[in-house]
This record gives sequence, C-alpha cells and structure tokens, in this order.
Amino acid sequence: MQEIIQYLFSGITTGAIYAVIAVGLSMLYSSTELINFAHGEFVMIGAMSMVTFWVHMALPLPVAIGCTLALGCALGLLFERFAIRTARNPQPIVLVIITVGASIFLRGTGMIVWGKDPFSVPPFSNHESLEIFGAALLPQSIWIVAAALLLAGGIHFFLKRTLTGKAMVASAVNQKAAWLSGIPPERMAVLAFAISTGCGAVAGIFIAPVTMSSYDMGTILGLKGFCAAMIGGLGSLWGAFAGGILLGVLESLGAGLISSGLKDAIAFILLLLILYVRPGGLFSAKEAKRF
Amino acid sequence: MYALADCFRLKRQNGSDMDDNKIKNRIEHAVFICIILVLGLFTQNTYYLQIMTFIGINTLLALGLNMLIGYAGQISLGHAAFYGIGAYTTAILSGTFGISPWLSLLCAIGVAVLIAFVVGLPTLRLSGYYLGMGTLGFGMIVNILFREWSSVTGGSSGFVGIPVLEAGKVSFMSGQNYFFLVWGVVLGAILMCRRILASRMGRALRSIHDGEKASLAVGVNTHYLKLQIFMFSASLGAVAGFLYAHFVLFISPESFGFMVSVKMVTMVVIGGMASVWGALLGASLLTLLPEVLHGFAEYEMIVFGLILMVVMIFMPQGLTRGFLDMYEKARKKRQ
Amino acid sequence: MISPEPGHNNKPILAVSSLTKMFGGVKAQDNISFSIQPGIVCGLIGPNGAGKTTLFNLITGIYSPDEGQVVFNGKDTRKMTVDQRVRAGIARTFQHVELFGSMTLLENVLVGMHVRTRSGFWGAVTRLPWVIREEKEAVEKAEALLEFTGLMDYAHHPAGDLPVGRQKTAEIARALASDPLLLLLDEPAAGLNAVETEALGKLIEQVKKRGVTMMLVEHDMSLAMGICDKMIVLDQGSKLAEGTPREIQNNEAVMAAYLGQG
Ligand SMILES: Nc1ncnc2c1ncn2[C@@H]1O[C@H](COP(=O)(O)OP(=O)(O)OP(=O)(O)O)[C@@H](O)[C@H]1O
Ligand SMILES: [Mg+2]
Repeated sequence: MQEIIQYLFSGITTGAIYAVIAVGLSMLYSSTELINFAHGEFVMIGAMSMVTFWVHMALPLPVAIGCTLALGCALGLLFERFAIRTARNPQPIVLVIITVGASIFLRGTGMIVWGKDPFSVPPFSNHESLEIFGAALLPQSIWIVAAALLLAGGIHFFLKRTLTGKAMVASAVNQKAAWLSGIPPERMAVLAFAISTGCGAVAGIFIAPVTMSSYDMGTILGLKGFCAAMIGGLGSLWGAFAGGILLGVLESLGAGLISSGLKDAIAFILLLLILYVRPGGLFSAKEAKRF
Repeated sequence: MYALADCFRLKRQNGSDMDDNKIKNRIEHAVFICIILVLGLFTQNTYYLQIMTFIGINTLLALGLNMLIGYAGQISLGHAAFYGIGAYTTAILSGTFGISPWLSLLCAIGVAVLIAFVVGLPTLRLSGYYLGMGTLGFGMIVNILFREWSSVTGGSSGFVGIPVLEAGKVSFMSGQNYFFLVWGVVLGAILMCRRILASRMGRALRSIHDGEKASLAVGVNTHYLKLQIFMFSASLGAVAGFLYAHFVLFISPESFGFMVSVKMVTMVVIGGMASVWGALLGASLLTLLPEVLHGFAEYEMIVFGLILMVVMIFMPQGLTRGFLDMYEKARKKRQ
Repeated sequence: MISPEPGHNNKPILAVSSLTKMFGGVKAQDNISFSIQPGIVCGLIGPNGAGKTTLFNLITGIYSPDEGQVVFNGKDTRKMTVDQRVRAGIARTFQHVELFGSMTLLENVLVGMHVRTRSGFWGAVTRLPWVIREEKEAVEKAEALLEFTGLMDYAHHPAGDLPVGRQKTAEIARALASDPLLLLLDEPAAGLNAVETEALGKLIEQVKKRGVTMMLVEHDMSLAMGICDKMIVLDQGSKLAEGTPREIQNNEAVMAAYLGQG
C-alpha cells in the first residue's frame, strides 16, 4: 500500500512533466495541424540549458529559468521560419521528414555543445520531504504539478479568452477565412510554434532536477508526450494534460510492479494500442475526406 | 552477359517506346553486373571489400524502404526493427539452436513478413503523422525487446556466436565470397523491384503516390496494396539483417535503433524516390561518408539532420529526382 | 418499392431510394429517389452546392448514406466497398482533374483497368507466361481506348503535362478502361473551350453507342439538352424535378431555382 502510494507520487510528478510536453504538442496541433517530431529535443534543450545557466554559470534561479525559456521560444521561432515555412511542399510526409531531420540535427548539436555525459541539477528547493501514508513526497513534486497546472491554465486562458488566442484557433480551423477576416495566419503559426517549444523548454526545466539529463533524452520524451496527447485526444488541451498524468502513473506503477526495464515500452505499447484501436475515433473530425 | 545479347536481338526486332525502355534496362543491368564483377575480382584490400559489402547491405535496406516511401508515399520511421528482426532471428536460430543458417533465413523472412502484416494491418490505415508516430513507436518497442529479453538476445551486451555461412564446399568466410553473395542478393532485389514497378501492382502503387483518392476510385484496394509493399520491404530488411549478422558475427541492439531507421530514411531521401539506382546511390553515400570524413561520427547526426531538412524543404521529391528534374527543365529550355 | 417508370419494361440499372446524407448541419442529400434505365444518358443539374458531387460519392461508395439505399444492376450496394463497386461496373470521373500526374497517359489507362486484370506480387516477380499475356492484352486494350478517345498521340506523355482539355478526356478514357456499365461524369465540360466541348459531346454519344449508361453533371445547358435523354434537377440536397430535357426546360420550379440563384 505504502509502496503503491510512493509509485503514485512519483508517477504524478513525471506525469505532470509529460503533461507539459503533451500540452505543447497538442496546442501546436490545434493551431497549425502539424505534429512536431522535434518537440522532444526542445525538452532536452530546456534541461541542458538549465545545466548551463544555473549549474555552470551560476545565474540566479529565476534568471536561469528566464534564459532557458527565452532560448526555447527563440529556437522555435527560428525553426518555424526557416524549416517549416520555407517548405516547398508542406504535405504531412514531407513535414514528418523535415521535423525528424530537425530532431536529429538538434540532438547532434546538443551532443557537440554539452558532450555525451549526463548531468544532474540539484533540486530547486531543499525543504524536508513530507510524509503521507508513510510515503515520501518531495516538495519539488508539489510545485512541479502546480506549475504544470498553472501553465496549462494559462494556455487555456490565452486560447479561449484573449483575442490573439482566439485568432490563432480560428486560423487553424480555416486559414483562408481567417486570412480574409484580417488574421495573419503566418504570424499565428510563428506564435504557436514559440509557445509550443516554450512548453517543451518548461518541461525540460522541470525534468532537470528529477532525472539525469543528457543530449539523447529528447526523442523518447517527445514520443511519450505524443502518446499522452493521443490518450487525451489530439488537440484537446486538458485531454493532453490528463493523458500525461495517466501515462506517468501507469509507467511508474509498471516499472515498480513489473519490471523497470520495460518502463519505456509501456508508453509505446499504449501509443500503438490507441493508434490501432481508435485510429479514427480520437480525431474523427479529421476523418471525413472531401472529394 | 545474356542481357547485352538480348538487347541487341530486341533492337533488331523493333524500336518502339516500350522496347527502348527494355533495352535501356538490360544495358543498365549489364553495366551493373560488370562493375560488380570487376570490383569483386580485382579488389585485394579486405577493408575496401568490407566497405563495399556494407554498401550492398545498406542498398538492400534502402531499396525496400524506397518502395514504401518513394513509390507508395508512406513513411516508416521504425524500419530498422525489421533489419534487427532478421538479424536476431537468424542469430538465435543458427547460433543458439544450431539450425542451418539458410533455413533460418527463411524463418527470418517469415517472421519479418508476419510482424509486418500484424503491425501494418492497422497502422497503414493511418496517414501522415500518425503513421510516422506508429512506426516510430513500433521500432522503439522492438529495440527495447532486443535489449531487455537478455536471456535470448544477449541484452545490451549483444549476441555472440553467430556461425559463418557455408554452402557446400564454399565458405563465406572470405571477404570476396561474401561480397559476391551480398551483391548477388542486391542484384536479385533490384530486378524484383523493377519487375514490381513495371507491373500492374507497381502502377497501382505509383498511382497511390500521385493521388490516393483517384486510385481508390478506379478500384485499387489501396490499403491492401500498401500492406503488401510494407511486407515486401520488411522482407528485404530481414534479408539485409541476415546478411549483416553472418557478416559481422556479432550483433547488439544499437545496430537497429532509431538512428538506424533515420539513416535509412536519409538514404531514401538522398537517392531514392527516383529509381532503384537512387537507392544504391543513397546507400553508398551514407556508408562512405563516415569512412571518408575523419571524425565524422561526432557530426554524423548534424549532417544527417541537415540533409533531411534541406532536401525535404527544397526538393521534396528527393535529391536525385530533384536534380533529374532540374536537368530536364534546363534541357527543355535549351531546345 | 421502386416502381419502374411508365413506358419502360426493362429493369433499371441504377435505382436510388430515399438517399439522405448530412454533413454536420448541412443536408447534402435529402430523401433523393430516382432510377435510371440502361443505355440512356441522364443529366444531373443544379446550382452550386446542390449535392451533385455528393450523390456521385454516395453511388461510388466514397461516402456511406445516413439513410436510403443504392441498388445497382439489381444488387444492393450497401455492403460493397469502393473497389467492389468498380468491379461491378460503376466508374467515375472527377470534377477537378485527378489524373496520376507523373505517370504516362497509357499507364493511367492501365491503372483504370486494375479491376479487370489480376496479376499481383508473385505474378510481377515471376513473369509467368499468363502474366505477360495479360499485360500485352491490357496494353492493346488501353491503346485502343486512347485511339477511341483521340489521345493516342499523348500515350507516352506524363498525364500532368497535358492541357486541361485533354486531361478531362483522359479521365473518361481511364474510367472506360474498367468496362463500366454505368459511367458518372462530374462536370466533364468545365474548363473546355467551345471546340473541345463539341468534341466532348460527340465522344459521349459514341460511348453511349457502346451501351454504357451515363450520368452527367453539367452546367453547360446547351450541351446537356443536346445529349441527355433524361434530366434530374437537384437543389439544396433535394430533387426538384425529373423528366425529359424539354419538360425540365419548361418546369417553373427549375426556372425559379436557377433565376433565384442569380
Ligand atoms: N466532405 C464534406 N464535408 C462537409 N460538407 C460537405 C462535404 N462534401 C460536400 N459538402 C457540402 O454538401 C453540399 C453539397 O456539395 P456538393 O459538392 O455535392 O455540391 P455540388 O452540387 O457538386 O456543387 P458544385 O456545382 O459546386 O460542384 C455543399 O453544401 C457542401 O459544402
Ligand atoms: Mg460538384
């Protein structure tokens, strides 16, 4: 019992990180209908930048976080401008290969910049851990979950309540109509990219003190984020969030109760199951082909 | 050499468009065979022979994937899984259980085709991004399996004790024999791909690439066709895995990971999407690059990533095709 | 259930009854019923968004209806997939040209023959005598079709490089390659000039002589009046009128719908 609660705690913590990754992917999808296979690399960049800014350069924590965030958003901007918008033939298969290329490129760059060794980042706050039902709850976990909720809430507010956010959603639903009513779809796409990769960087900031960070951590995290987003229904913000938490908990339980080696397989099996069982159901709105 | 003789006979008969093509193909095959013979017979340096053998194995991979990406227009980001399934199946059957490697080749192909069927049946209904994610996830699972099922696969430290191939009195221990074995298989695969592409099936396949809805409407069962081609490319991957395993005699999960899948896609993007020769070109380039460039390993990922991005941004039809198109355009302008 | 029209004793080749299809809130097909006798050319007209293309998509099985059924050649098509329907004898062309652009015209027609040929993977790899024979016969048949449609000169050109007028005809050639009993033509004259339109009219007459039943969506009234034996008028998803071209011409509801459109 106590063990299970312990697994739950750690599951919810990693789940919150997956949730942030998934929210980034999902919001990009809902505003540009694109899935960024390089999303995970922005998580890696976020985590590794924390190592640089906070551990190596010893900047104050808020400044380090700010710099990391700015870097994530800026790279997203550049990525959209130079790799996505210039694509001559923006079909899904082409964009898949472009973003996979970007992912490998970023990973390779990460390896050159930070080397191959993993780094660790000390916890942001070193308070005593709390005891709940005999299980230890790190204060870090609490604020990671809280910050993840805050972030998702912020994006929700932005998309549903602000003019820019609404315009962004509108231009995804119908580019031409949006353009006719004066919304510049290109600027919306840039903005969506920056926010999305910013989310990736935030996830990286969260994950840095939780696990070891290295240049090759991104791909798997990106896939897990995608899995979470699919669980909740691609394009749905809170669905993605819930999917992330669920995935984290399942993984943590699976690793603890079955085998830690198969931990990573859980997400992928789940992903395949969803793709297989409900290939249309989760995104049925996109299914009807127009002839 | 039969090919050359044949084409002269044909030339005398008539010179219509179709036959011209046939003659061109025969000449290409004859030249290809000559090059292989010369390279195989006169290369003494074992290192060069080894590199060329690897090019052959990679060409098989690229050929298979090219059929899927270049012709059917479907992405697979987990194709290294089939490569690994071929290698591990033969390693386990011939190494652990002592079964004849040739029999285990059949098993390897069978297993790969079966898995391709099971995986492809639902996945190939997906399109674009979802197919990419689905195949990527599949590749990851297979790789985790290689790593974690250590009692059978040897885990992350790898599998040792794969027997050397033998056929009667011929041992494929020697680099030259193995070179000819691999390139013989490559030739067979090239012929198969070309025959498929020129057939009813190949036309239907290309029609999917050009416009899936029209090809559905003229009565092509697109899902079944994609599945068939997926299984075919999986079987080529398994054969490549078999040849790889009995060549290096030691395999480990890293040789079949995500990066290898990406490398395969890069080969196709560079060379494929144009013709089967493109696949050969892509495989050669990506095999030679690390050998030629000193310290390339450090920059390998950056270079692959850049190739993928730049080619896909500016020449979404693939590098070779792109250049051919540019050449055609320039020629037309001059006329 | 389906009463044959007076004056015709033979069974209808196509019988559509109470077909309904919704897209979100839009009723693209609202309780449509009609039947078509074999061998005739039936015009399908109506203002933009009337549901003509949707009707074709329902008949060919691209969409499945919310209600109602399509009976083709005496068989209920409800359980039939798209390719089974093509095999049974329904062929179509598209409103916006959908040729296989990178393939030659001959290859396009050969793909059109897909359901009438049978060699598969093993046939392609082994090239047994029957496969070679089948291929040869297919090429001969395709060339005959190109000759028939007057496109033989373009046989070895990539279909995407053809002028629009030729592409429209090429789609008809490709559709004919499957030996259809019923041919659905979606705006074949759109984008054609006067000369080409006239040639198209002649081609349709000739196809009719071969015994192929046709449904024809057309905005060019003079063409439609000239070649159709019967006309069906759709407006906003419902059937407005049905009858001979002359009856349609004098139908007040039809006039109102077209005039109301502006
Ligand atoms: N796949 C679809 N999803 C949503 N709405 C659709 C779809 N296909 C058609 N519609 C709607 O159904 C209605 C009928 O469309 P349809 O294309 O059948 O008209 P049409 O008579 O062919 O018009 P046109 O002369 O413009 O070709 C239109 O309002 C259209 O917007
Ligand atoms: Mg229409």
